Amino acid sequence: MSSKTVERLSPWLVTLACIVIWEVGVRLFDVPAVVLPTASSSFYAIWEFRVALWHNAVPTLVATLLGFGIAVVFGIVMGVFIGISRPVYAALYPLLVAFNSIPKVAIVPILMVWFGIGLTTATITAFILCFFPIVVNVAVALATIEPELRDVLRALGAHERDIVIKVGIPRSLPYLFASLKIAITLAFVGAVIAETVAGGDGIGHLMLVASSNFNMSLMIAGLIVIAAMAIGMYAIFAVMDRRFTGWATRGDIQYATAGG
Amino acid sequence: MAFIEIDEIDLTYRNSAGDEDDSGTLALQGASVTMERGDFISLVGPSGCGKSTLLKVVAGLIRANKGRVSVAGQVVDQPLKIVGMAFQNATLLPWRSTRENVLLPMEIVEPHRQQFRREKAKYEALADDLLATVGLEGFGDRAPWQLSGGMQQRAQLCRALVHEPDLLLLDEPFGALDAFTREELWDVLQALYMNRKCTVMLVTHDLREAVYLADKVYVMSARPGRIILERDIEMERPRTLEHMYQRETVELVQELRHHINIARSDDE
Repeated sequence: MSSKTVERLSPWLVTLACIVIWEVGVRLFDVPAVVLPTASSSFYAIWEFRVALWHNAVPTLVATLLGFGIAVVFGIVMGVFIGISRPVYAALYPLLVAFNSIPKVAIVPILMVWFGIGLTTATITAFILCFFPIVVNVAVALATIEPELRDVLRALGAHERDIVIKVGIPRSLPYLFASLKIAITLAFVGAVIAETVAGGDGIGHLMLVASSNFNMSLMIAGLIVIAAMAIGMYAIFAVMDRRFTGWATRGDIQYATAGG
Repeated sequence: MAFIEIDEIDLTYRNSAGDEDDSGTLALQGASVTMERGDFISLVGPSGCGKSTLLKVVAGLIRANKGRVSVAGQVVDQPLKIVGMAFQNATLLPWRSTRENVLLPMEIVEPHRQQFRREKAKYEALADDLLATVGLEGFGDRAPWQLSGGMQQRAQLCRALVHEPDLLLLDEPFGALDAFTREELWDVLQALYMNRKCTVMLVTHDLREAVYLADKVYVMSARPGRIILERDIEMERPRTLEHMYQRETVELVQELRHHINIARSDDE
């Protein structure tokens, strides 16, 4: 087996090994199913409760994607303004940092009062949790355009708008994609938190119910479903990142995939 | 009226924005330069003497606190349009091919920006021709990071010249290159200059480079910078490296070095 193949297979092998250790460990030490069910019964629970899981995964996914989508639009617009204007930066940045340092779980009860239980609250929580990295990354990318490059363009009679379009936005793409990969996973966290605290539909709520019934295998199944959805979304953005910003890694990633 | 008139300019950099008590750093004091259209001058001086600042003042990127700058009869009070600039860092955009980098000015400068989309093929041919004249034939499709440092600087010169600017401002464009590549690029620049006859201001640390390329060398004092010596270079073009080893040229370089040493010791 070539070292490339080993490298490619290694994450799968490690994952498989973890599952085997889990299965064997639980059986060997005779761990009660209420504490930790076996891997096989957890995976079986995904099949067993497929209808409930599907029924609840969809609202979670919808809330996540809606919140994420709003965060992307809002984050890019706000990031551009903060990145290109010092006064806007001075006015908004401290506020953003302060807002970001609030534990988001604490906001959910407030949102519940305003928006009730359900999709709106979950969407807004997802949005609140994930817009910050997008804003910061876009703003940093725009604020750190090389001064020489700015001079070259200004000496051609370029307007600020030209500089943003020709340099700022393309330059911010790797930063944007890096932040999107973080943001999408945070959006899942937000949606699940809201469902767990506020209830309604969704995987978070399903797990809360399973917890009160001591249905441990369903809870683990719920976790696996959330993880699978988050990894899937992450993978989509990783592929887009590679596609649009291969230049930022000097084509190394393309080389690695092509050579593999 | 001369093409470029820089008349007794003073310039202070504020150390921190908004601080009223801050007296700032005096970068230029009473600097004056006059150039005719088509002149090639070099600015040399101790580091930190305000050479690069002077270039930016001419380009209108920074405004002097005192004194007057005019280019082509117009007082410079905003960034000049249609200036070509090149720096020590090639600052090519990594997401564009070399050809697209060269064409960047065409997407900004009037009237090209209006026609750019429609006549893209024509512009691409123009960029390829220009790349060929600096020895980068066939490199148009390469990404900038696939080029060596010297090749990136060649591409940067193309970007600075593609829109046929009246004025070319060069801020140590060859400063980061090895000696052999640098000498090669002197000839590239000389050929471009002889071909286009634009007006060139070159800031450099390298006295041989200053003498090799310019019709006139200006020596600046330590900060705050002003002109302490103007020296005409009467060598015929095209100049070759052999010229650099002739006695008069060597003595001229020595003389300039002497003046800069005096300027530096005054500073201490």
